[in-house]
Amino acid sequence: NADPQKTAFLLRKRWTLYSVTPLYKFSDAHLRDYGRLLSAFIAAEKQKGLAVEIGVELDIKVAVSCLPDLKGSDHDQAAILVQLLSRSPAFSKNSEDKLIWSGWFCCVSGDDLPENVPEDFTCLPLFLANGAESYTSIVGSWFQKTFDCCFRRLAISPLSLSWMAAMWTGCKVDKTPSAIELIFSVPCLPQPLDISYAIHPEDAKALWDTVQKTPGEITQEEVDVFMDCLYSHFHRHFKIHLSATRLVKVSTSIASAHCDGTIKFLQSQYLTGVLMLLTELAISQIQ
Amino acid sequence: HLATSLPLPSERDHLRPRIDMIVFMCDIKSKYSLKNVEACLAHVDASFFLGKVCFLVTGVGRVNYSSVEVNAIWKLGEVYCSPVLFCELELDGIRVATAQRLLRMLQICAGHVPGVSALCFSSLMRHSADD
Repeated sequence: NADPQKTAFLLRKRWTLYSVTPLYKFSDAHLRDYGRLLSAFIAAEKQKGLAVEIGVELDIKVAVSCLPDLKGSDHDQAAILVQLLSRSPAFSKNSEDKLIWSGWFCCVSGDDLPENVPEDFTCLPLFLANGAESYTSIVGSWFQKTFDCCFRRLAISPLSLSWMAAMWTGCKVDKTPSAIELIFSVPCLPQPLDISYAIHPEDAKALWDTVQKTPGEITQEEVDVFMDCLYSHFHRHFKIHLSATRLVKVSTSIASAHCDGTIKFLQSQYLTGVLMLLTELAISQIQ
Repeated sequence: HLATSLPLPSERDHLRPRIDMIVFMCDIKSKYSLKNVEACLAHVDASFFLGKVCFLVTGVGRVNYSSVEVNAIWKLGEVYCSPVLFCELELDGIRVATAQRLLRMLQICAGHVPGVSALCFSSLMRHSADD
């Protein structure tokens, strides 16, 4: 399990998710070289006039490192972190570089790793980015060109979000848990309408505990029963069938996920668990 | 004839022509539509399930919007011995092709195609389940 101190910087940031096809001829022994090459690529892109921020002259430094603790099993490739740091004149007094963008590749697959992966290919199916979209695009292009891989935004379906809601409701947290919040988008209306349903965490957990039969195991039926109970409760009060709407966001004390493919990790002890679910989604999007 | 739920209102029974086929439509983006279909099935006479019922699943073009598990629908088709068709209403080509297919099935169910009866659909279902 990952050391909470080392992974604390991953928490409480909103990460945009991508699925990545296997990287060809990638080696974690050459991370510093990759950093230099990517740095040169970014500088070249800026010369071409694809300046990311107009009027701001940023000298960008690239740091590529390994996060050895972030993996599911020994078969998994260790996570790779890419950070873009800037050293602009305004900060020259304080010689610390400012972090302007981060992205990391990971594979937390537990026991069922992708099989039949040919030699020379590295599986890091999940990519998480935080920072300006323009930087994500440049870094993504470099990786795609260099390792012949393909990035795609990871979408999270309402089915997967329900699964997350049920799974995360059942998790124990040390501090006072925050409310479970579900956001639904109502279809077929001239004006967009979102419904926010907040549930007291203890009530939600009590409900989940009555539904879940085997601790540590979750079935689709249990998730369905849990969600149906929440929907009936809502219908009783508001006469609205949430089951006819689309679940778009789930927020719990563990993490918060949006259907557009963004995630926020809130508890380091469950980081690996959430990554395992996301890795699975990424792998199924690739296939 | 389109209805949002069953049973059909009894006031118009005497005006209604014979029903040859029932297509239950379920939107994969709405769990509610599946629940509605499941509730309506109870109101259908058993004789319809000899090839005169089929399930039509719409909205399959947007996989990322699914609120219904496809397995649940397959199971429904199995339990009621009726075929399950998938289509995306927003795509012209698929919509037209599906309509033509349903029309063909309807012709068979109404007895307009000599030598083929609705019972053929049921036996086709059993064969694919055995595979």
